Amino acid sequence: MSNMAMFSLEKNHFALFGLAPAYRLDLTQLEQSYRDIQAQVHPDKHAHLGEVERRLAMQWSTHANEAYQTLRQPLARARYLLQLNGAESDENSNTAMSPAFLMEQMEWREAIGDAKAAEALADLEHLAGRLRAEIRQREEKLQQALDVERDFAAAAEQVRELKFMEKLREEIHFALEALEN
Amino acid sequence: MSYSTKVLDHYENPRNVGSFAQDEEGIATGMVGAPACGDVMKLQLKVNKDGIIEDAKFKTYGCGSAIASSSLVTEWVKGKTLDQALDIKNTHIAEELALPPVKIHCSVLAEDAIKAAVADYKSKHGTTVETNMCSSH
Repeated sequence: MSNMAMFSLEKNHFALFGLAPAYRLDLTQLEQSYRDIQAQVHPDKHAHLGEVERRLAMQWSTHANEAYQTLRQPLARARYLLQLNGAESDENSNTAMSPAFLMEQMEWREAIGDAKAAEALADLEHLAGRLRAEIRQREEKLQQALDVERDFAAAAEQVRELKFMEKLREEIHFALEALEN
Repeated sequence: MSYSTKVLDHYENPRNVGSFAQDEEGIATGMVGAPACGDVMKLQLKVNKDGIIEDAKFKTYGCGSAIASSSLVTEWVKGKTLDQALDIKNTHIAEELALPPVKIHCSVLAEDAIKAAVADYKSKHGTTVETNMCSSH
């Protein structure tokens, strides 16, 4: 039997890579562990083995890739941590955002729309900078809620709000792209 | 994905886009957002002293279906009482616009916007409306 026996589908994504389940993550270690696993389960390494082993290797390769993609992205990682703790981010059903937050969203959208209409490159870049700072702040709050306070309701709300911030980032990106072309 | 002709019509010629001044008499504002897609929607109702919605305006940042849903809702609520407006359900909106399943959440957002605006009106004016009605009898 190959060294794939060391893997277990029961393990959560963090354990798969030998990491403690936390939002704050050593991305270098994640990447290294991922490469190690892929090196062991890579289908080419099992080409000489039977069909069952090869299929198993393929399964593991896919599983490790999915796990890696989930942990690599901050929002996906947060969502996964919520699941591990029996909480959900309810992004599809929860539209009860705080009025102050929605007001801010309207203002962001208007500012982006105005800058886009005026083809004001400097304004868009300024907005992009402000947004980066805001997202960084929110990610720190999310880390605090998930890793320190273990307040999963607050973390779920932060995940929902960050989805809007992600949308703003896209909008600014598209506006900048349109100006540059 | 292809949009229905009704969605395209509302998207290209949205009805009642804009805002009322917040301090104007009888204005109710409902704001909602969908984390799944990052869409935000603001619906404002102008309610007269008889409790009828005289006018409505919307501002939506989102996809064509979200814009069409809110545009349609501004047309539908006019002339209705607040309670009648609450009878507008997302299924009616989705049916009218022939929204595909992946866009149903846009119609849910529009329904939620009506609820939010009515709740805003009631929290601001609810008691005074009742008082006026009682004193006129």
